[in-house]
Amino acid sequence: MNTNNSSNTVELPLYQLAHGRAGDKGNTSNISVIAWDAECFALLAEQLTEAKVAQWFSYRHPTKVTRHILPKLEAMNFVLEGVLDGGVNDALNLDTHGKGLSFWMLDLPITVPAALAAKLEVKEYS
Amino acid sequence: MHTEISDPMANHSPSSETKGLKPLYVGCATGFSGDRTDGAGPVVDTLIALGGGVLNFETLAERTLALAQVEKRKNPAMGYEPLLDDLVGPVLKRCLDHNIQIVSNFGAANPQACAQRIFALARAQGLRTPRIAVVHGDDLTKPEQLTFLLKRLGSDIDPKRVVSANAYLGAGEIAQALKDGADIVVTGRVSDPSLTLGPAIAHFGWSMQDWHLMGCGTMAGHMLECGTQVTGGYYSVPGQKSVPGMDCLGFPIAEIRADGTFSVFKAANTGGRVDDRTGREQILYEVHDPARYLTPDVVADISQATVTREGKDRILIQGVTGHQRPDELKVNVCYDNGYFAEAEISYAGFQAKERAALAGETIRKRIGHLLPLRVDLIGALSIFGDDAGELMAQGYAGASRDVRLRVAGVHLQKEIAEKILREVTALYCCGPAGGGGVRTSLRPRLDTLSCTIPREAVPSGFSFVQEQRA
Repeated sequence: MNTNNSSNTVELPLYQLAHGRAGDKGNTSNISVIAWDAECFALLAEQLTEAKVAQWFSYRHPTKVTRHILPKLEAMNFVLEGVLDGGVNDALNLDTHGKGLSFWMLDLPITVPAALAAKLEVKEYS
Repeated sequence: MHTEISDPMANHSPSSETKGLKPLYVGCATGFSGDRTDGAGPVVDTLIALGGGVLNFETLAERTLALAQVEKRKNPAMGYEPLLDDLVGPVLKRCLDHNIQIVSNFGAANPQACAQRIFALARAQGLRTPRIAVVHGDDLTKPEQLTFLLKRLGSDIDPKRVVSANAYLGAGEIAQALKDGADIVVTGRVSDPSLTLGPAIAHFGWSMQDWHLMGCGTMAGHMLECGTQVTGGYYSVPGQKSVPGMDCLGFPIAEIRADGTFSVFKAANTGGRVDDRTGREQILYEVHDPARYLTPDVVADISQATVTREGKDRILIQGVTGHQRPDELKVNVCYDNGYFAEAEISYAGFQAKERAALAGETIRKRIGHLLPLRVDLIGALSIFGDDAGELMAQGYAGASRDVRLRVAGVHLQKEIAEKILREVTALYCCGPAGGGGVRTSLRPRLDTLSCTIPREAVPSGFSFVQEQRA
């Protein structure tokens, strides 16, 4: 965990605040980001913007990134168009579906208040 | 009234309920062609304990149907799900004996031949002759249909290269076949959730213009269609999201009620987990706009849906609705598009990544001018990377002492694609030090085009099939 200059916040990888799953249709990937709790969801709604996700996936040159918010599921659904090198038929990638891309998303750094971060160690969900 | 999972028969009193208004139980025993084939047994046993229901097998991914067409061309009696015997054989008797209808797209490119094979399985087991209905009309490969489709797509490909062309049909034919008494409904291409919605329409007598109920039944099907992806598959991260019994994951069953709400649980005496987390991951799987999930039957809307725990390994889904169905039907056209080649070789020990990278550069210099190549360093950077190698060029590949070089490419000409195999194989002698374990593969490449067409252009229907004894 990296402590910021202010020392009131720290940077944590997204997977400490949320889990998610990738799916594909053609050349479009959708990646769900499901917060572990309401406090994480509020923080992600503020920070995990379309622009930030587009930047994180910039090496795949998305033609469009759309965020759909689902407050009742404390989740968001990102739709990334044009990121699969053509998708299951065209891509040369071993992972033509982009099944692994949720784990690229889950490494994205999020700035978290130290008090919240202290509660977010990775632990078994039950 | 919710049935307790610990005692499936609790509260079950069909005599006191209006016929057709008791819950419908639909289980799904495969999520794709190539899934485990032993999932159906526990699902069927659980359905029997619940007094009957419907068993789905979802077996058609986007390209599966094109591969089935290739098989049908080689042998007119083939072209349906190749693992049909393993899927249906072990449960056919129990289904016929206990009022469990089987509804599946395992007919693929040849539903008629699939039906005949099921008749043969029943006869071999000494069972009564099942009433089998076949849904037809999805196959659009007649010359005039192809001409229409290619014009619609604005494509100038030679129709001879087209391998398959199928419309996604909806739930209507399935529902009517069940109302007419089918034990088994065999389809080719239908929208996956329609395999569940059809039985719900037949069971409850839902109007197909009741968009709310169509949305609910569709999302019940959506939760089931990927098999174990809602019961602990495609989910586990050890230490964070563990799943017990990954070797015997239970396949899912939905309890659908007349008002459209539904619960999802898993077959009894199996591994896996069903909770608000597995449920939320699956309800959003392959969804784009949550308020507009398009199927032939409805535009389903989960923007206000909730997924809550209802008991151990059981969730309740509420708040789903739907809007008027799309005017047109989606069609996929698959066509031959050259050859896909890939080849691999491994390097381990000091400078492993550097030796693998040198091997990749060597291949690029040898044949990079003939076709676009993708180079992966498996163990350092592979699936996160893009085909153009931008992430690799940014230096993202991590340190590794055990790296497998992978080179992949496609070309219309087989002999050009084959050069990847030959050049990687030659690295045994001509490559960097210590390269071993070459594996190569070359296969025809299929590509897909999609469009929508008016419903009137799709002659969908169903018919009951007579057994043809050889």
